[in-house]
Amino acid sequence: MKFAVLRFPGSNCDQDCVHALNAIPGASADYVWHKDTSLAGFDAVVVPGGFSYGDYLRCGAIARFSPIMKSVRDFAAAGAPVIGICNGFQILCESGLLPGALVRNRGLHFICAHVGLRVEQHDSLFTNAAWTGQILNIPIAHGEGCYFADAQTLAQLNINGQILLRYCDVQGRTSDAANPNGSCENIAGLRNKAGNVFGLMPHPERACDPALGSTDGLAIFESLLNKV
Amino acid sequence: MISPEIIAKHGITPDEYERIREILGRDPNFTELGVFSVMWSEHCSYKNSKLELKKFPTTGPRVLVKAGEENAGVIDIGDGWAMAFKMESHNHPSAVEPFQGAATGVGGIIRDIFTMGARPVFSMNSLRFGDIRGDSSEARTNRRLFEGVVAGISHYGNCIGIPTIGGEVYFDDSYAGNPLVNVFCLGVLRHDQIARGGAVGIGNPVFYVGAETGRDGLAGAAFASRELTEESKEDRPAVQVGDPFREKLLLEACLELLASGCVAGIQDMGAAGLTCSTCETASRGGTGVEIDVNLVPKRETGMTPYEILLSESQERMLVIVNKGEEDKVRAIFEKWDLPYAEVGVVNDDGMMRVREGDSVAVEIPARKLADDAPLYAREAAEKKSPDPLDLSAIPEADPIATLKTLLAHPSIASKRWVWRQYDHMVRLGATVLPGSDAAVFVVREANKILAASTDCNAIYCRQDPREGAKIAVAEAARNIACTGAIPLALTDNLNFGNPHKPENFLQLREAVEGLAEACRKFDTPVTGGNVSLYNESPAGAIDPTPTVGMVGIVEDPKHVTTQFFKEAGDAIILIGNPGDELGASHYLLAVHGLKAGPPPKLDYDAELAVQEAVRFLIREGLVQSAHDCAEGGLAVALAESCMSGEVILGANVELTPDSSRADVVLFNESQSRIVISVAPDNAGSVLAALESRGVPARRIGSVLAEPCLEIAATGKSFAWSLEDLRQTWGFTIGELMGS
Repeated sequence: MKFAVLRFPGSNCDQDCVHALNAIPGASADYVWHKDTSLAGFDAVVVPGGFSYGDYLRCGAIARFSPIMKSVRDFAAAGAPVIGICNGFQILCESGLLPGALVRNRGLHFICAHVGLRVEQHDSLFTNAAWTGQILNIPIAHGEGCYFADAQTLAQLNINGQILLRYCDVQGRTSDAANPNGSCENIAGLRNKAGNVFGLMPHPERACDPALGSTDGLAIFESLLNKV
Repeated sequence: MISPEIIAKHGITPDEYERIREILGRDPNFTELGVFSVMWSEHCSYKNSKLELKKFPTTGPRVLVKAGEENAGVIDIGDGWAMAFKMESHNHPSAVEPFQGAATGVGGIIRDIFTMGARPVFSMNSLRFGDIRGDSSEARTNRRLFEGVVAGISHYGNCIGIPTIGGEVYFDDSYAGNPLVNVFCLGVLRHDQIARGGAVGIGNPVFYVGAETGRDGLAGAAFASRELTEESKEDRPAVQVGDPFREKLLLEACLELLASGCVAGIQDMGAAGLTCSTCETASRGGTGVEIDVNLVPKRETGMTPYEILLSESQERMLVIVNKGEEDKVRAIFEKWDLPYAEVGVVNDDGMMRVREGDSVAVEIPARKLADDAPLYAREAAEKKSPDPLDLSAIPEADPIATLKTLLAHPSIASKRWVWRQYDHMVRLGATVLPGSDAAVFVVREANKILAASTDCNAIYCRQDPREGAKIAVAEAARNIACTGAIPLALTDNLNFGNPHKPENFLQLREAVEGLAEACRKFDTPVTGGNVSLYNESPAGAIDPTPTVGMVGIVEDPKHVTTQFFKEAGDAIILIGNPGDELGASHYLLAVHGLKAGPPPKLDYDAELAVQEAVRFLIREGLVQSAHDCAEGGLAVALAESCMSGEVILGANVELTPDSSRADVVLFNESQSRIVISVAPDNAGSVLAALESRGVPARRIGSVLAEPCLEIAATGKSFAWSLEDLRQTWGFTIGELMGS
């Protein structure tokens, strides 16, 4: 399965994503420059973390206008899988591929830490290698990862089973104390209604090597390999 | 014309002015005077410290580029790979504008590293502030500076995507009004990728690339070479504004450019901006460089040559391109959306010549400007030893309360509030997270594991700069040994007061000689660094702070070791003697409010034997955890080993020491001590191995499952709840900072 890892000016987790994916049997990854317009030959797209365009104006707000994003929209419309991680999640929200928005963390500080994530739904393209209720240990690193959506959107997300990951404590409770950034309903990751576009604030590529303390991020990428 | 007042305002002495006249054979014009003033500032020329810096060992079998030759030294790490690293200060800018001051410090040191052709892989920092406790306006100011500096480092480092993986933060009254912000960056490269900063190849075009030049940071190097005063706020225009996004583009573009083979020489524009980069590249290349300021990309109109040359706008590079390759270079800059311009040419007349269209604004022999700054042997005060500590005058404090006080002291308390704000995980290397003795990082591209530590105990240096500096090196090496690594080299950042004051110059000289001696003993050459003098506020000079940043290598992933206990039942072994030196200790400072007595003595042979022994045991696979004893002594080290891991473990310890005073036994800071834990079955063989190596060691207790620290000493027994201690130690800083 071939992953396209997008590179915007200011992307900084692109190299990490390529490294992590290439280490997974059955997966391979290559960079796609933001000024390119073709995703031919790729089976999935990863929009990596970083500070695309310096996060000027608003996180992800400028990247959505890059030439490659039109191809990503077509790619997604055709049902192919797209994952946005951290800044990539912000870009997907800004592009209208995912509902809601990511705003400044409660507490205003950037936070880099391992967090617990409860898998809300294993019946998805992105979480089928885990089980519902499983707690994944995957790090976050963001200043603007507080997920926000209006009540109606949140209700729809719940009804449609679109929420895939919520921040939780070691017992799996999605308490306020376990919510690092103030996200609505502890939401850490969600998919679109069609089920092929996934955005999450945690960095699964940072949890694919025992030397880094956790391999729980593999579950996300392996889910895709299972399905496609 | 040039009045004595203008000369004095540029910080140029009458003697220096005469020297300038001799070099030029005429009076300088106003712009030339400005150029000399920044190049001959302490920050750029090291004129007050260079004679001392020559005492450092800078060579060794692993040294590929020596200190002072280029922007950063380069050290071989094996298999054709090398590392470039350096530490630099941004103290004065951070004092007047903490966020941008610290941010641009990070930007500057990162540029120094990629200018060498290396990909920056991690950063660290060593920070010092005045006391942040209490409600005084001074404490509030110190908190504001601390908050701003951490936010600035976080902003720049996180955005550019270089992990900040460790460092140190101290709080002491001597830094009130003059914080220290020392930033460290390390990059890796193949041996054949080392880039040089020489303007070579007569006729080669000179390109300017990066951010447009503005009026920010005018003469910042000269600003950094003065004492801070009440009026320093007016120097705020001397602080630059950083744009990490631009620097990220510049970093990627420069690495791509260097890989293309089009580059003859490259130099970043840091302190003294365009001035420094043109005359230094010409001087290194043995050539001349001619540029036209009209061609320089600018973000403001009406800038004079003086302003353009002295601007310290950030995120700019000067690139000397092989003639004929200009189009390839332009294509790379355009790919990365960077402003650039061909601004000049390399010639053979040895002059730094700056034109403004048809007129010549500056014409100075480049080598004389860059390398012939006056050197001063400043007067040093007479050396005197610190008074011995009169222990009988120090009442013995209650050990139970003392340990809590020490763990709640912001200098010892957990720095989690700080490093949570730094992205320390990007680049997939942080195999030991911040909070252990040294940071350990897997460098993916080189398949190497590096350990790095920054250290300096400024109270030791205040009491005895020579001994304190030696201990800074020893402690860095010890921290690195505790992770299982072998020290390779170090960078230093010498933070001192005004060198014109003999007592300050004595401190500088003593510290340099102490560092130099210790570097020879530990076989760690100095790869470069930075001197920051004039660290004074109206209240006086800072405590002398010669910070070292040391890097070592772990040869096998299995050797990577952390400081926290791993399993209940493990035996706790103290390597080294229990010790009894309380002089200059954090106990005296935190409990008795004293900076008194001589610092602990460092015995090189004992220290080297202890470090070698720990490394040996780690390699044998016998060590579960290793932690050195530093501020707060053995009791603090034990508490940290219990509670700095993910789960709290307890310890039951019995000490049979050389003193009848519990405060001496628990909190002395004698050197060359490491606490390790080993599986109980291995305790006997570990002790036997240590004995056969002639290293003093004893089993002092066991790791407990219960979160309780129990220490028996001097016939008494003391116990602490580690949940309480962790609450104090873990959250003190966050609570002080209101989050």
